[in-house]
Amino acid sequence: MSPAPSGEAIRAHDLTRTFGEFMAVDHITFDVKPGEVFGFLGANGAGKTTAIRMLTGLLAPSGGEASVAGHDVATESEAIKQDIGYMSQRFSLYDDLTVRENIRLYGGIYDLTPSELRDRTRRILDRLGLARAERTLVRAIPLGWKQKLALSVALLHEPKVVFLDEPTSGVDPVTRRQFWELIYEAAHAGTTVLVTTHYMDEAEYCDRISIMVSGRIEAMGAPAELKKQAGVASIDELFVRLARPSAESTRGAA
Amino acid sequence: MNALWGLLRKETYHILRDRRTLAVLIFMPIVQVILFGFSIRTDVRDVRLAIVDPSPDAATLAIRDRFNASGVFRTVAVAARSADLDALFQMDTVQVAVEFEPDFGRRLASGQPARILVTSDATEPNSGTARQFYVDAVIQGYEAGLPRGPGAVRIVPQARSRFNPTRESTNLFVPGLMAMVLMIIAALMTALSITREKETGTMETLLVSPLRPWQIIVGKVAPYLGIGFVSVLAVLGVARMVFNVPMRGSLTLLLAEGTLFILVALALGILVSARTSSQRVAMLGALMGTMLPTQMLSGFIFPIESMPTALQWVTYVVPARWFVAIARGIMLKGIGITYLWRETAVLVAMTLLLLVASAKSFKVRLQ
Repeated sequence: MSPAPSGEAIRAHDLTRTFGEFMAVDHITFDVKPGEVFGFLGANGAGKTTAIRMLTGLLAPSGGEASVAGHDVATESEAIKQDIGYMSQRFSLYDDLTVRENIRLYGGIYDLTPSELRDRTRRILDRLGLARAERTLVRAIPLGWKQKLALSVALLHEPKVVFLDEPTSGVDPVTRRQFWELIYEAAHAGTTVLVTTHYMDEAEYCDRISIMVSGRIEAMGAPAELKKQAGVASIDELFVRLARPSAESTRGAA
Repeated sequence: MNALWGLLRKETYHILRDRRTLAVLIFMPIVQVILFGFSIRTDVRDVRLAIVDPSPDAATLAIRDRFNASGVFRTVAVAARSADLDALFQMDTVQVAVEFEPDFGRRLASGQPARILVTSDATEPNSGTARQFYVDAVIQGYEAGLPRGPGAVRIVPQARSRFNPTRESTNLFVPGLMAMVLMIIAALMTALSITREKETGTMETLLVSPLRPWQIIVGKVAPYLGIGFVSVLAVLGVARMVFNVPMRGSLTLLLAEGTLFILVALALGILVSARTSSQRVAMLGALMGTMLPTQMLSGFIFPIESMPTALQWVTYVVPARWFVAIARGIMLKGIGITYLWRETAVLVAMTLLLLVASAKSFKVRLQ
């Protein structure tokens, strides 16, 4: 559907970002196919968030090129905005608004019709089991629910591509499992998902992953393939091997 | 438009749900008017009086008695020469000096003008003025009791102010207070509410959305325009009801100028928030950049005319200076836009300049 030259949902070619002397993202190249769940792995400070910020139009690239949903990030950043959803590393809902008000706010921002908004609000509340909490301030609901709600809100306008920046940090394993179910549902519905994480077990849930170390992509492919190539039992092991030379806090919270 | 309404509604919820801040915003203006009103009050009681009487006689003694009997004045010093007064004024021992000219009684009796020099400490211009009135009243009371003589005017009081000769009257604290309250609400609160979204990360979510930067800005500041307007009304209402501050000119014009000033303040707030990323820094920036100049350099508390020339130049870039001049003109002199167009033009220019600057720096943040 999208007029992308390659038909890919996300294309990055030699994408680079420097901050002064520091090269935060160093010539990364990757493609993500529509409907794919693509994992962006890396230690803290590896450049994942900087890459996402360039792809979402928050940050101008210093070099290389990239397109999202067929639009060039450098020249068509406004067109991209309508087609993407974004859940930032930090919590992206308003604490002092109720569940329903948060949904309505984003419905307004993305210009949903009243009937679309009504239907989708109902669907989200039912899906998350939040129907009784719709008038509760977001501040008062448990973190796991907040995260699931934030994801649902990021998907509210049915974007072609959704960027999730460490969506599961600080969430218990059961909720993380439920969270990933939501991600799969979105992917099945055709949304491309780019998700960053430092939980290595979550890498196994992705169709493909890339491992970033110091701004560069050091490994990319399907998790099973990568493990076979490297002769390791888990992504965790592969990651530690790749990241050890430059990063200290490689194991994250896992 | 739908999106903008959504943002406005959201911002209104933020404001309404932060009860404590809202209470502060609503009650602060009222409390301020009342506090300032009473502390800069023109109440004249127990005024410390010095008498300089080179040649005491029946007339001067009678007038001196009247001062002591007035219930307002208390004679704390009687000097022979006016040179002695300097030290008394400097040490704040006396607040008013009444000085009879030599041979006062004889001149009065012979129908010649008899002069009295009334010197008052005008550090607090308001009280200075009020004391002068009371002194004049006492002298006139004495004069009225004299048998009618040939001359029309016999006692000639001459007024002089010490320390603050221009006697910029602060009866007019209300305009300055409005400027300050609006700076707090519009500049400070806007800066805080924008940096709060940066801190919590919700700003990123808004920036990734199809919202235009101007929509985000308008959505953030418009509710504060509303609160600011309500505060102007509150200050004016209390000033009128409690302190009887006059409103000689057009209320509509004043409200329009007030709205203009709120816009200046909002633009300043946006500028501060665009250049800071934490609420703490924004708070300091807003305090230093807007409130202090408003308080110190607008003529609100310290008359601009008595500032050093260099500082007077600095006041030209303080928006409150122009607003205070406008508001005083409208409220106290009853003048209209024909006399105030210059000040108004300055404020309009400032608003445009600041809006452009803040929109620019706001954009830079997204890149």
